[in-house]
Amino acid sequence: MTLFRIVFKSLRQHLLSTVVTALSLALAVGLLMSVWVVKEQSHATFTKVSGGYDAVLGARGSKLQLVLNAIFHLEASPGNIRWSDYQTIKKHGAVELAIPLAVGDNYRGYRLVGTEPEMFEHAYSPGKTYEVESGGRLFEAGYKEAVVGSFAARRLGLKVRDQFNPYHGLIFNEDAMHKDIYVVVGILKPTSTPVDRVIWIPISGLQNMAGHDPKSATDVSAVLVKLRAPTAGFMMDQMYNKQGDKMTFAFPIGAVMAQLFDKIAWFDKILELVAYLVALVAIGSILASIYNSMNERRRDIAIMRALGARRSTIFSAVVLEAATIASLGVLLGFAFYAAIMTGAASIIREQTGVVLEPFAGHPVMLWAPLGMIALGALAGVVPAFKAYRTHVAEYLSPVS
Amino acid sequence: MPLLQIDNLKKAYRSPDGETHQVVDVPGFSLEAEQQVGLSGESGSGKTTFLNLIAGILKPDSGRVMIAGQVMSDLSESARDRLRATTIGYIFQTFNLLQGFTCLENVLLGMSFGPGADRAFAVSLLKRVGLESRLNHYPKQLSTGQQQRVAVARALANRPKLVLGDEPTGNLDPRNSRESMALIREACGENGAALLLVSHDQPVLDMFNEVRALHEINRAALQPEEASA
Repeated sequence: MTLFRIVFKSLRQHLLSTVVTALSLALAVGLLMSVWVVKEQSHATFTKVSGGYDAVLGARGSKLQLVLNAIFHLEASPGNIRWSDYQTIKKHGAVELAIPLAVGDNYRGYRLVGTEPEMFEHAYSPGKTYEVESGGRLFEAGYKEAVVGSFAARRLGLKVRDQFNPYHGLIFNEDAMHKDIYVVVGILKPTSTPVDRVIWIPISGLQNMAGHDPKSATDVSAVLVKLRAPTAGFMMDQMYNKQGDKMTFAFPIGAVMAQLFDKIAWFDKILELVAYLVALVAIGSILASIYNSMNERRRDIAIMRALGARRSTIFSAVVLEAATIASLGVLLGFAFYAAIMTGAASIIREQTGVVLEPFAGHPVMLWAPLGMIALGALAGVVPAFKAYRTHVAEYLSPVS
Repeated sequence: MPLLQIDNLKKAYRSPDGETHQVVDVPGFSLEAEQQVGLSGESGSGKTTFLNLIAGILKPDSGRVMIAGQVMSDLSESARDRLRATTIGYIFQTFNLLQGFTCLENVLLGMSFGPGADRAFAVSLLKRVGLESRLNHYPKQLSTGQQQRVAVARALANRPKLVLGDEPTGNLDPRNSRESMALIREACGENGAALLLVSHDQPVLDMFNEVRALHEINRAALQPEEASA
């Protein structure tokens, strides 16, 4: 109890430096946890997002580009494949489901993707199927109808029965408006997948959009493939990637995405390093703030020692004070974490449609705070040692 | 056995120019339980060093200080701290109150290093010294005389057997000084504590039945004429 009272009083006496130091530590803890959670959750989430498919078939090129284009609706398509190629893989005995996709247009920056209504009938993740908000329905093949992903609908303010003109290209250009008019017939319920950011129309609509090249009117950008048995993917990988030279078969989707994270692993390392450095600076600030105030504290320490306080009591009080500042910083750090992660998750969702869960438990939320408190206490050892060595008689003024 | 027994106590300091200055050289000194002695001494006569040696704040170069049957130099540092907390009350010239603590907290803190905080007793002591309406005031909110009374209450808080006073009235005006001394002596008497108080203020010393000159006890102390020279 005595220790806590001494610590409390000291913190109050040095309120400004306590608050500033705790805030710097809070920022460090918040940053450290955020970097870790974004890194790990992004990796886990992005490598799990597959839309319920095992592979993507597309034009010869990068598997990663193919997956980013067909699954995440990012990047441009590496090229088109023929409708007959789609028919071939659809009829393949190992294939349970093959869904064609066509891309190339947008509406105010949100991508239009042409597909078959069949796409909405299968589960996009175990036990979850696409649903349309009440009052809406799925589009019918061959009609100029659109079903809008929940995020895109909210951002664009689109609702059932609204009409819009698509724009050519994947990047919004006001001068590139198509003459075709599409009617929104349904809004998809949120799926927390990239599907939420897309405006879905019949594939024939996108293929035959006014102004598109009639020669490629039957081409598809990619085919989403669900296999009857995942092992068949290796056989098809052999068939398309090694024996063939016209198409790319991206399989398995998760492994392709994992390659992306491998490629940007250096960036993760830099972020980690920055977070560690910020943490180190914050810990250093605890040491500096207490150490620098030691001279003014020495008289108080001498008085307490003269009253009978043991050296170990003084030492413990300083270490406890450092640990308390660190603990305050950690508590505030959770608030910083919540703010940083809410922003980061929102940006990631807006850019990719992938939803992170900032408030799901993660080991870093345990080890980072505990580690910082332990390091904070450790930082207190240096000034504590100075306090421990305080020469009582020297600081009990005056001497007569 | 006397409460305080000092034998051949010596302490020297090395000055910045390398010379050794003997500050304390006390062949023998004793104090009985509940005895009150005034020590007269000029500035530079080693008063503070002498009291700090008795309190175990300083270690002597040689000799021994025995308090309540325990030889200070035979004790570990933490045992000396414990003995100081439980057996000795110390009133300093500048009072040495902790500025971040209220009157009551200053007294309670002193207790917590000894037998443990006893709020009721701390409050009763502060009442005894006339500060019942200032319990939650901070030292800077008190007059010098009031601060001194807090220091008295704190020194008596652990029911010490020995109270040491180092010019405790040095910062007070004559009237406050007299009142304060009366309070210290009464409070020590009421609590059964012996009192050893050093001062160079004659009116203060006149209040003691027994007064000794420090230079008679401490062979290293300056004679009055040397001190004034």
